[in-house]
Amino acid sequence: MNRATIAIVGAAETTKMGKIPELSQTGLHADAALNALADCGLTVADIDGIATAGHDVAEIAQYLGVSPVWYDGTSVGGCSFITLVRHAAAALEQGLCNTVLITHGESGRSRHAAHRPMFPSMQQQEFEAIYGPVLPPSRFTLPVLRKMKDDGLTEEQLAMVAVVQREWAAFHPRASAREPITVEDVLSSKMIAYPFRKLMCCLVSDGGGALILTRADRAKDFPTKPVYLRGAGGESVEGPMISQMESFSSSKAFRISGREAFRSAGISHSDVDHLMIYDAFAHLPIYGLEDLGFVGRGEAGAFIAEGHTRPGGALPLNTNGGGLSYMHSGMYGMFALQEAVRQMRGVSPAQVEGAKLSVVHGVGGMFSAAATVVMTNEDRW
Amino acid sequence: MSERQLPAIYPETQFYWDGAKEGKLLLNACTACGNRPFFPPRPFCPHCGSREVTVIEASGRGRLYSYIISNVPAPGYETPFTIAVVMLDEGVKLVSNIVDCPPDPEALELDMPLEVTFEQRGTLAVPQFRPAKGGAA
Repeated sequence: MNRATIAIVGAAETTKMGKIPELSQTGLHADAALNALADCGLTVADIDGIATAGHDVAEIAQYLGVSPVWYDGTSVGGCSFITLVRHAAAALEQGLCNTVLITHGESGRSRHAAHRPMFPSMQQQEFEAIYGPVLPPSRFTLPVLRKMKDDGLTEEQLAMVAVVQREWAAFHPRASAREPITVEDVLSSKMIAYPFRKLMCCLVSDGGGALILTRADRAKDFPTKPVYLRGAGGESVEGPMISQMESFSSSKAFRISGREAFRSAGISHSDVDHLMIYDAFAHLPIYGLEDLGFVGRGEAGAFIAEGHTRPGGALPLNTNGGGLSYMHSGMYGMFALQEAVRQMRGVSPAQVEGAKLSVVHGVGGMFSAAATVVMTNEDRW
Repeated sequence: MSERQLPAIYPETQFYWDGAKEGKLLLNACTACGNRPFFPPRPFCPHCGSREVTVIEASGRGRLYSYIISNVPAPGYETPFTIAVVMLDEGVKLVSNIVDCPPDPEALELDMPLEVTFEQRGTLAVPQFRPAKGGAA
């Protein structure tokens, strides 16, 4: 019998979602943080550990009035918040701090931001960006035609990723895009970067989210239903040069991160009730399902198209509608975590009945990094 | 329209750009790995860590490994244009545009043979790829 050691006791998103022109990026961090503190009945004086990505962690601490004894600013792209959950867990287990606040805020739509969210890469600039892949739609998509040829993935299957996620978004009043769409709608939407059309690409949104973690023995002192971490999660990097991916059919960082998360949690795929896979573009859930081992190589497109991940399917995936339909601030990973917490608390508008175990997997940069965590609402297993 | 980006060149990669000016596509290769080429350049082998690295001239031939046709703005480019990953005959992949070829899926068949050409960009020559003349490489 294993006992949970780390719990997420506070979780919240920004008060508004999608279009928030009245708040700066710093303000979005703070709005989410104050909501997460209120969620679990704490104040900033109770926080002694702080972490964020894509923004100077020191500025967020100063703006909120937090004087931490531990901080982490690991910033590898949108999965960083998933990474920070496991880093925070390690710090809490080591006794480096007692109560950690992880914040995300990004003015992706209104552009009230001071920073680049990621470090520029020297070699990506010198050998790739000069040819034009300077934005995510023309860089993140580069491996996909190769995968389509090698694995039989089709444009219709890519379109179905967007269609199914829109079905999930319809449950969420806060989702930005809730109207049902068809494969035909996706395949007739504007061409962005062949073979990717607009509805296969993420939204561009304003928003934020925050989490509060502590040791599980304190979890029952809080008013919220605790959500526990199972195992240590996983993380890895392959690097920012997309041409140097070992395989265009598979992400090495996904495979390593997922393997470590499943191993340390001691779970098999059939134990997973709910799954979040960061979807900046429609191909990410396909790579994710295969690289995490839920299906074999080349099988994920058909798996989604056959309905296994849609409402009522055996493997509910991206139940908030994902980056394609819920929101995408730029570093979306925090919102995958938030939906998993809602599912484990039993309060998602798209609640999966009886769900006890959720896997959250994210991509950072453009196949540059990955992180995975496993959440559960059971305190022993 | 603004100018196309120039690469920021570093001491370890100067030879690559000097070679391009002479119409050569130069790669690093690892002596300890049996002259195995790698990309991008660096003064050690990413496979074994050896510092016994030489410079070789690539054949300039390769195949179309993957691509997109971009409608996304990029400095100095008129959309739509092709951004590709080329698999060189030497077994390394790199990003390039596909020039002398319409940005059209009908004209861009995966694995079609390509050959290097050089685009003058300021005082630099930038390696680019076009459909190979005379068919199969």
